This record gives sequence, structure tokens and C-alpha cells, in this order.
Amino acid sequence: MARSPFGFPLQLSGCNSYQGADYRIAMSQDIQLDRVTMRFGDFVAVKDVSLTIHAGEFFSFLGPSGCGKTTILRMVSGFNEPSEGVIRIGGQDMAGIGPNKRPTALIFQNLALFPLMTVWENIAFGLEVRGVPKAKRRKRAEELLDLIALSGAAEKRVSELSGGQRQRVAIARALAVEPKVMLLDEPLSALDLKLRQHMRAELRAIQRRTGVTFIYITHDQGEALTMSDRVAVMSQGVIQQISKSAEIYNDPATPFVATFVGENNVFRGQVKAVDGDWATIETGHGQLRGRNRNGVKVGETALLFARPERLNLVNGDAGAEMNRLDLTLGHVDFEGSFANLFLRSGDSQAGEQAGRGVIMQMSNDGGLPRLVPGEKLPVGFAAEDAVILADGPLAAH
Amino acid sequence: MKDLVKRYGLMLTSYMVVASLVWIVLLVILPYFMMVNYSFRPNLVAADIGGPLDHYTIDNYITLFQNQVHFHVFLNTIWGGALVTFICLCVCYPIAYHLAKVATPQRAAFLLLLLVIPFWINEILRTFAWFIILAYQGPLNAFLKFFHIIDKPIRYLSGNGAVMVGMVYAFILFMVFPIYNAMESLDKNQVEAARDLGAPTWRIHWRVVIPHAKPGIAVGCIMTFMLAVSSYAVPSILGSTNSRWFTEIIYQWFFEGQNWPQGSAYAFILLLLCIIFILVMMRVFKVGLTDIAK
Ligand SMILES: Nc1ncnc2c1ncn2[C@@H]1O[C@H](COP(=O)(O)OP(=O)(O)OP(=O)(O)O)[C@@H](O)[C@H]1O
Ligand SMILES: [Mg+2]
Repeated sequence: MARSPFGFPLQLSGCNSYQGADYRIAMSQDIQLDRVTMRFGDFVAVKDVSLTIHAGEFFSFLGPSGCGKTTILRMVSGFNEPSEGVIRIGGQDMAGIGPNKRPTALIFQNLALFPLMTVWENIAFGLEVRGVPKAKRRKRAEELLDLIALSGAAEKRVSELSGGQRQRVAIARALAVEPKVMLLDEPLSALDLKLRQHMRAELRAIQRRTGVTFIYITHDQGEALTMSDRVAVMSQGVIQQISKSAEIYNDPATPFVATFVGENNVFRGQVKAVDGDWATIETGHGQLRGRNRNGVKVGETALLFARPERLNLVNGDAGAEMNRLDLTLGHVDFEGSFANLFLRSGDSQAGEQAGRGVIMQMSNDGGLPRLVPGEKLPVGFAAEDAVILADGPLAAH
Repeated sequence: MKDLVKRYGLMLTSYMVVASLVWIVLLVILPYFMMVNYSFRPNLVAADIGGPLDHYTIDNYITLFQNQVHFHVFLNTIWGGALVTFICLCVCYPIAYHLAKVATPQRAAFLLLLLVIPFWINEILRTFAWFIILAYQGPLNAFLKFFHIIDKPIRYLSGNGAVMVGMVYAFILFMVFPIYNAMESLDKNQVEAARDLGAPTWRIHWRVVIPHAKPGIAVGCIMTFMLAVSSYAVPSILGSTNSRWFTEIIYQWFFEGQNWPQGSAYAFILLLLCIIFILVMMRVFKVGLTDIAK
């Protein structure tokens, strides 16, 4: 049996014995949120969210703590009814259908395994509820234990397992009821970094193999970007952007997304000119040009974002298409394969208009010059590497 | 011991040790020892004590099994105590669950207060209140008659019924609190996880809540049973001639019969009964002494 890098067999021979079923769970279904709003008293936790999650997709909600991620998950799983709007699973309106009747399985932030049951009883609980006879339950539990590479642990107590093993038992327990949708609420947040990275790969692999729709919640952008087919970035109950991982990073739709996901340099200024898909703004660093993503108009206040790794040192005459900043080196953080250069405006505090200095990332490819703090550095970036968005709230750092 | 000396010094340590010894010996061991000692001796006039008639015997214990009436009351007390315990459990489990897992903290505090307030009033008074409520010409009958639920008043105070009601009411807190305590530590997510996996309410309780609350349930049952079988006020106020309680007979031996040895033997039998009940409960709920102590 081939072993995957994730520590469990990828070829599932012997597992198909269960009534010929394999792990691919039939007919996962679309989930649709239609103008969903959730209020707790006067407080709006989720505001007018509309989106469709496709069958078999790995979909993540990414956002800072308290932005309403768990609330969305609890509405999909049926523990909370939305104050307004409709949730549909497979086209069916879920209003009034309790969590025990929905084709969803929720993995809790703290896993919520049953400590007084053995591992296999935990996994088979959903089947027990459905009246599956004990022998069959046990067999199915063993198969799922196989899937999560914990074959010997059936009779153990949950407390005897390590964090990562518990994690996998929680997944097996949810998979046992053959849900159409798996809902995962920051399931990796309790694990240490190494294990977290390992489990990312495992979760992704389990999702691929079962074909179940995964809705994954996290405040860790690395997690969201590496695992997901698509990511929804949220802030204060509002969806900011729904895109593929790379688009979220390369083509942010709002200032919040631009600053919440990854590092970004921010320049605030007045829009001077708009030509086609491009715009030019007047900042403390002079005129800067970038892509006019959302169509800002002349005279508006706008923000220009440029990623630190897109900034370059320029010598003498850069191309006319380059934006050029004359900066002074503050200090250098050497990170090994690359270095972060922290830069200030040469003359005044103009560069810190948006409250942030300028960060530039240089790869350590031998060309990293001998940099002296206080040295004047001309820095440039291409207009296509900069995004201009209408002024709006940034992510808190 | 050495740790204690290190921590508190020799003086304070010896004081604590001596004080606890005195307390245990004088107030716990000695009275019991005297009671046991009494119970194995015949009831003699003062002149005969220490004389040839004063020898150890188990006659006092045998009396219970020879006296049909007393033995019947004894069995009735066990049955009554068990019934009170069971009813209390049925009443208190939902209350405890609601307090611990459903109600908001403010609401739980308010409900707890409501539960506790009646217990600021003396037990005798509370029991008399029930006596008045359940009286033949009392408000309950009047109420039921007024709404034509019954046409003839019911005689609640003959038979065991009133005693049961009075006791369930008197011991509610002793059942609610241990269960509430045990349930408080249950992670609510486990209840939700079970529901999410499709479990109906009864199964959530059977498989998740009750196993978790087991030590609390055991403690509640033990306390309620012990309080019920050793209760004197409730049966003597609400009981009738055909619902006598074993404690009443013990009282009779001591204070009406002036037969202390006989009374001691009966009291000791009651104590044994309670110990047996504790052991049975520990068996049934598969909990250890340490779980109960928690
Ligand atoms: N039952 C509730 N009653 C009142 N307010 C609530 C309730 N549940 C959530 N909230 C509020 O709604 C907001 C969103 O909560 P939610 O749990 O969805 O956040 P989250 O994005 O999951 O955060 P985290 O990453 O910390 O888990 C929070 O401000 C929270 O205080
Ligand atoms: Mg949350």
C-alpha cells in the first residue's frame, strides 16, 4: 500500500468492503447564502452576505477575530437561524431545519470529542444515532480509522491521543455520517506550528479524496491561501472579496483585503488623472501610477498599494513606466533567503502619510548590496504592480 | 506532617493536629462508639448496670425482625426513601440541566435564588405550610373544586402521598446542586456536536449529558436518600398512622420507651442501611469515593 507524505495510505484497498462504498461521498451539494444577515440584539454580526459555494469545493472564510466567521458557520449548520435571508443546501431552503436534520457536519473550534467514549465510539456516534447495528458500526469506524491512519487506536480514550490525532478523530467522526458539507471552525488553531502545517496537507488530501464540500474558517491567511479553492475575506460581518487565493493576494478588491492579506505598502493621495484601466495619484512621494481596479475618479482620495517584493532598487534612469521614490534606508532585517528594508522619505515625513513607512523586500541572490542605514536609496516599482483603490479602512496590524 | 511543620511551625501544627483529633474523637468517634456499645446491651435499671445481667447481646437487633409492625415500617421507609429519591431525580435533572446549560448566567442566578429563598425558612414551618395546603379543607382542594377538576375534596394527608410531596420539596436543593455542579463543567459544544451528528434530545442526554453528570447524580441520590430515611419532621407532620417512618420508631424507643439500647440498635440499623445504599449507588453509577468527594 502506497503511503502518502501525509502519513496515511492513499490507496484504500480493503476499505471498499463496506457495501462497496468508497470514501467519495455521493453528491456533495451547493451551498447558497442569499442576503443573509445575523443580528444579536442591536449588534449586526453578519451583514447582508450573498455567496454560492460549489459542490466539492474547498472554501475558506478568512477574517480577523470577531468578524462573524463562526456565526456564518453556525447558521449553515443550523444552530442559529439567520435574522434575514435564506440559506440553501442543494437548492433546498434550510429554514426551520435543525442541526440534526441537515446534511452538514461541524468540526468545532475545540473539536468537542466525547471524552467518556472510546475513539471508535466517538467515530461511530453518528451511526449509532441512525440505528446502525453495533457490528457494522464498529466495522465502519475501523475503516475510517484506517483513513486517518489511526488503525490501532479504536479502544483508546480520547484523552490518550495527541492533539493531531484528536484532530483526525474529529474529522473521522464527522465523515462517518457522510455529510454533504463539512464545516470546520479553525480546527487547527490549537495545534503547534509544525503539526498545523502537516494537518493542512492532510485536510486538503482528505477533502480531495472524499469530494465533500469543505467550508473552512480561519484567521490565518497562510492556511486559507494554501488550502482553499476560493477564499472569502471578511471584516466586521461584511464580505470584502471572494476570489481564488492568488487573486486575493495579487488583486485585492478593498483596502482591507490589501492590508489584511500579506504585507503591503500604502500611499494615500488625490487622484490626478485616469486613463483607461490606469490612474495616477498625487502623494507625498510625488505622482504614482497604478491599476485603477475599481474605477476611482479624478479628485477622489485614493490609496495605492504596492507589495514589498515588487519594489526594486533603481539606478539612474528607470523606465518611464516606473514609479520612483527617493527614500532613505532606516534599517535592514535580514531573514536569510531575503531581507526586509525599512525605508523613510528622504526629506520629510511625507511617506508616513498613511501611517506606515515603506518596506521593500530583496531576495538574497548575491546582489544584495552592502546597505548602510541612512543611505539614500532610489526605489521603484512598475505601475502594473500597484493597485489603486478608493480610500477605505485598512486592516489593523 | 513534616511539610505542615515546615509551613506553619511546630506550635501551630501541633495545635491543628490536636484540635482535629479532639474534634474527631470527642464529636465523631465517641458518640458512635457509645451508641454501638449501648446497642449491644440490655436495657437495665441503674442498679443492675455493671451487674450479672449486664452482658453483650444482639437481642436489640433481633427485635426489629421479630416485631412485624416495626419491620413493616422499616421496609416502608426504605421504599419511601427510594421513591422520594427517584421523584427528586426526575424533578431536579431538568432543572439542573436548564440552570447549567440552557439559561443565561443572569437567568440562572435568578432561578437559583428563587430555589434557595424558601430554604431560608425553617423546615418545620415549610412542612406546616404543606400541611395547610394539603389539608382536607385546604386551599388545594378548594382550588381544584373551584375549577371543577374534582367534585369531592381529596384526603391527601392519609397515606404516603403527602409525606412524599413534603420530602421531595424539602430535599430539592440537595439533588439540584450536585447535578448542577457536575453539569456546569460539561462543554456545551459536546451537546451541540451530538446534535450536529443527528442525535435527538433523549440520546444526547443518555450518551453525553448523563455520563458526564453521573457523579453529581450519585451524590444527589445519596444525599436525598439519607436525608429522606432519616427525616423526622416531615413524616411526623405530614404522615398519618398508616405511613409511619422508621425515625419515629427510633424516637419512641429513646424518648417514650426510655429504652436507649433498643433505640441505639435501631438507629444503627438505619446507619447501616444508608451505608449499603451508598455502596449500591457507587456500584450502579460506577463512581469511586473520590468522584463523590468532588
Ligand atoms: N450568541 C451571541 N450573542 C451575542 N453576540 C454574539 C453571539 N455570538 C457571536 N456574537 C458576536 O458576534 C461577533 C462575531 O462572532 P463570531 O463568533 O462569529 O466571530 P469569529 O469571526 O468566529 O471570531 P473568532 O475568530 O474569534 O472565533 C462577535 O463580536 C461576537 O461578540
Ligand atoms: Mg470563531
